Amino acid sequence: MNELGTGATTLLLMLAISLFMHEPWRWLGLAVGSRIDIQSPWFQWVRGVASALVAGLVVRLTLFPAGALAAVSSGVRLSAMAAGIAVFLFTGRHLGAGVGTGALVLVAGRLLFG
Amino acid sequence: MWKEAGIEPLTGKPIVFPSDDYELPRPARDDAWWRGLSRLGVFRKGLAVALEVPGLILLASAAGFGALARDAGLTVVDAVFMMGVFFALPAQVVMVDQLARGGALMGGALVVMLTGVRLVPMCVLLTPYLKGPRATRPGMLLAAHFIAVTAWMEGYRRLPRVPELHRFDYFIGIGTGLLIASLVGTAAGFLLAGTVPSLIAAVLLFLTPVYFLLALLSGATERADYLAIVAGLLLEPPLFLMVPGFDLLITGLLGGTLAFFASRLEKRT
Repeated sequence: MNELGTGATTLLLMLAISLFMHEPWRWLGLAVGSRIDIQSPWFQWVRGVASALVAGLVVRLTLFPAGALAAVSSGVRLSAMAAGIAVFLFTGRHLGAGVGTGALVLVAGRLLFG
Repeated sequence: MWKEAGIEPLTGKPIVFPSDDYELPRPARDDAWWRGLSRLGVFRKGLAVALEVPGLILLASAAGFGALARDAGLTVVDAVFMMGVFFALPAQVVMVDQLARGGALMGGALVVMLTGVRLVPMCVLLTPYLKGPRATRPGMLLAAHFIAVTAWMEGYRRLPRVPELHRFDYFIGIGTGLLIASLVGTAAGFLLAGTVPSLIAAVLLFLTPVYFLLALLSGATERADYLAIVAGLLLEPPLFLMVPGFDLLITGLLGGTLAFFASRLEKRT
């Protein structure tokens, strides 16, 4: 964590990264508004890159977790993820049902199989 | 008024997009539900959304972020502040995760920037609803800050049924409520992570990836989106082992590009 510093330095760095590297996308979205065709190939590509990146993050957090989650075996983690996806799809894409099931299966799997 | 843009692979329903002469849908809910409400009253109706399922999920996944931030060595003030200024979990998690692994700050910031691209189409899609008699320039910037997966989905789902006059105030209410939920969740997750049994801490950490993946799936409308998600899921493990630190960046660029060309090729044939 040394690169983020401590105290006010940390907060200022976070604010700067947010303002200069994250929030402008929202402003761009506002500015573009209805002016651009969101069906254009360029937009589709950007969407794909962003989706793949977040999907990659999901895998990284599930397969190579840091902290307390690492104590749960990868088989249990993957089963819980699969159960969450299955329930989500079978309940007409109910986000709460999917996330809740994933959490429950993780608890059950940890207690039963470690 | 609507034009078809393909078939959704999972449900088989046609995907429709507004055509050029598109008019915003008229409010389906009886106007009486909204009549006589002050701006504050409309705002409060929006706030109440945070007490429903989306607010609870956000609370729980923010708690997951709080626990992650603690694991990474941030203070509770850092974590809550970060939740407030970014208000987009993927960006925050990417950054905290990168730092926890001792990765370069600049590399983390670049990945944060890439995750933010997702917000552009969301903002573009909500802007027509938010623009109205009540929207001011600073107000629109505030509304845009609230746009992340959860608030966007709620806004996109609810705003068409809200009378035009109230849409802006209602969305500001939704955003404020969800922001409060996320700040409370972050603080709670951070503080609980140290005291609760390791099993509950593990569950809190697990909520984030599950929520992201399901939110990604529920936000996906086209075949290209599903291809990109699958490509990201498959590419990350080998890339994480081969090029740690750049894995997410390459997964995103490579996976997104592959998905893009695959879906183009498919459309052509």
